[in-house]
Amino acid sequence: MNFLLVIIALLILASAAVAMSLRNLIHSALLLVGNWIGVAAFYLWAGAEFVAFAQVLIYVGAVSMVVLFAMLLTRRGRADAAISPDAARRAVSALAVSGAVAAVLVFAVKHTPLPAIPAPAPSVTVRQLGEQLMGPQAAALVLVGVILTVALLGAVILAATDRNSSEDDVP
Amino acid sequence: MSPLQICLLLSSGLFCVGLAGALSRSNSILVLLGVELMLNAANLNFIAFWRFGPAPEAATGIVFVIFSIAVAAAEAAVGLALVIAIYRHQKNIRLQEATRLKG
Repeated sequence: MNFLLVIIALLILASAAVAMSLRNLIHSALLLVGNWIGVAAFYLWAGAEFVAFAQVLIYVGAVSMVVLFAMLLTRRGRADAAISPDAARRAVSALAVSGAVAAVLVFAVKHTPLPAIPAPAPSVTVRQLGEQLMGPQAAALVLVGVILTVALLGAVILAATDRNSSEDDVP
Repeated sequence: MSPLQICLLLSSGLFCVGLAGALSRSNSILVLLGVELMLNAANLNFIAFWRFGPAPEAATGIVFVIFSIAVAAAEAAVGLALVIAIYRHQKNIRLQEATRLKG
């Protein structure tokens, strides 16, 4: 059981690290798809099947397509791939900052008394989830729907505004 | 090491990889993807604490992750729309050159 978890963890961390360090944007996006699949595998391992399928549908299906389309729409060819002079300095400082954060987090995890009991796998059915969402969490569900609607309208307005015809209808 | 500790270390590592990516890359799409990685790390923590917590039958962790994924999807859509809007104004999506608010 732990063996499987370690394999999934290595898959997630390796694909994320390689994706964040590659220079080719398309390769980064495809590696991040692998990373999201790994996260879905972790959810399956933990027994949260519904969240795993939601992760596959939303991230692997939708977000990756949106990211790929944005990359293809904003690609500039070879001239854009020039390394800026301060890139190495920023990379070093970013690595230092994230290393410090990682040290703090690992120290906290190591020194926190966590329950070490091998808990039995809980089984939460989709029916229970639906009752939760429609009962105690109904207000949050409605709010998430409102947020998604507003985000969709905002994204369309931001991305679809034409510069030439925007002088009269956008303040 | 207990499985909960491995899960927490995994999500810490994923968070730090996302943080390093978001801080070091100059392409704004990759910065957004770094933020997405950090959100995924938070979701991993929710699921880990739900799975190994004291009351896994309550399913609150799963419900929270569902809401979190929905908000992350909205964030990705708005962020990429902003990237396209910046590209339309400047013909470039490098963060260092996006210094004007009024294009």
